[in-house]
Amino acid sequence: MPVDVDAEVLSSTRLSDDYCVVAFRAPELAAGIRPGQFVMIRTAAGDTPLLRRPYSVFERLRDPNGLVVGFSILNKRVGIGSGLLANAVPGNRISCLGPLGRPFAPPPSGSDAWMVAGGTGLAPFVALAEDLTGMGIACRLFYGARTGSELFCLDRFEPLGVRIALATEDGTRGDHGRVTVPLARELTTRPPSSPATIYACGPEAMLEAVASLAARHGRACEVATERQMGCGLGGCYSCVVRVRTREGGTRYARSCVEGPVFKATDIVWDGRRD
Amino acid sequence: MDLSVQIGALRLKNPLMSASGCFGYGVEYADVVDLSTLGAVVVKGLFLAEREGHPPPRIVETPAGMLNAIGLQGIGVHRFVREKMPELRARNATVIVNVCGVTIDEYTEVARILSDVEGVAGLELNISCPNIKEGGISFGSNLGNTHQVVSAVRRVTRLPLIPKLTPNVTDVASFAKASEEAGADAVSLVNTFLAMAIDVETRRPRLSNVMGGLSGPAIRPIAVRMVYECARRVRIPVIGMGGIASAADVLEFMIAGAAAVQVGTANFVDPFIWGKLETGLREYMVRHRMERLSDLTGTLDVPGEKRA
Repeated sequence: MPVDVDAEVLSSTRLSDDYCVVAFRAPELAAGIRPGQFVMIRTAAGDTPLLRRPYSVFERLRDPNGLVVGFSILNKRVGIGSGLLANAVPGNRISCLGPLGRPFAPPPSGSDAWMVAGGTGLAPFVALAEDLTGMGIACRLFYGARTGSELFCLDRFEPLGVRIALATEDGTRGDHGRVTVPLARELTTRPPSSPATIYACGPEAMLEAVASLAARHGRACEVATERQMGCGLGGCYSCVVRVRTREGGTRYARSCVEGPVFKATDIVWDGRRD
Repeated sequence: MDLSVQIGALRLKNPLMSASGCFGYGVEYADVVDLSTLGAVVVKGLFLAEREGHPPPRIVETPAGMLNAIGLQGIGVHRFVREKMPELRARNATVIVNVCGVTIDEYTEVARILSDVEGVAGLELNISCPNIKEGGISFGSNLGNTHQVVSAVRRVTRLPLIPKLTPNVTDVASFAKASEEAGADAVSLVNTFLAMAIDVETRRPRLSNVMGGLSGPAIRPIAVRMVYECARRVRIPVIGMGGIASAADVLEFMIAGAAAVQVGTANFVDPFIWGKLETGLREYMVRHRMERLSDLTGTLDVPGEKRA
């Protein structure tokens, strides 16, 4: 059940001009978080921006006893709301509603987990990698960005033993190109007898490309979608994703309650490149 | 302390209602809100059949407000009765259903079906949705059509009937009057203001539907004025809405003439708003030594003007 808490900002760590990690203390909210879920954050105290912003949970923060007492988000400055969050300082109180949405499902037994992230799409994978490696599941991370200086927070994955493959569009680090370059190579060389389940989060075009690769190689794939949301609770019908119905048709599903994580094969990709 | 209000034959335990389209079918909020504590749960607009709605993007934020063009995505009246009403009944919600139609026949058919459903306490007639091509606002922006559709639905239901009016007309009070003359038990207003936002870099509209409806605090003063105008023109109760986000806003609408109010956009921002609004109303009643909140309706004190 979601709760609304005035969460205390513990820290705001700048990663670059545009990116930062904002950490919140919110024990009541954080205790129930599962990887892939999101939190609706009210970035302004006044009327502009009016609506909360959905943020994927990045890290779960633990006290010395290992108890989850908070969470962090990976914030990219794009508009007024994210700009306000980028300026948050320790001690600020910010209204956070969550946890919300359908989380990632663990892979079937015997399967490895391959996480594919583009840009801020890295966010949900720290928690997922923690949980899955904790279950003894071998994890890999394919992580792409525009340029090498925008590949952040690898130190969250390395201690977990996650194998990492990088790609940059300008070729400054890892493979030259999109994150699908190393993913396609690894999928092609992996024997079909070695199961791998793919988890993807990032721009819509990347999700579509990953879903298509997964389908071509017969791998199960879950994608975390990103949509503009009004409420996060299923009330406004803003955040829809076109999905297939069991009857063979399609319909709009609310990503806040039926997602944000969907099976890739359930989504009708429209091929738009906005 | 009495917070109850009367809407036609319907007695509500308080004046706080969810605004249609802003609260799903009510059940979405059952985990965070005790639905029985609302004066009424007004559910999302229903046509006879399911409706897909518009492609995303369906909302965009604007200063102190938002535009929406959802396009009345919905499960249709039959699935609503089958899938949602049992839980709403179990949660003791006072349910008002927002009735939609493309034709008068569709309005009357949806109303007729709902009139036989246990637990439906009233019907709000959606003649004001700005986001669909047919029906909706075309009934609500022409006085003759408004009279015709309200009369037709009146003939098939004994439930309290509440046409929801659009502000996208020159004189909204004349539509309240037409509704009253056609047999409505109350009117609710305002629906959203037809509006638009453009991304200047791409020169594209920010909504897939190009235009949408503006809601939120940005519209509140216009909505208060329109409620004031309507309440002076009709004898039936007026249900006010438009950017309500605090108890003071509720009180403002009531003083302007509203018997009850609806809260929409603010519920997106704070789904726990209902208890806070009720607490604020009680505090006001204590401060002003009021026994009955309904005594506040239409008590605007204009210096130099005699009170009605």
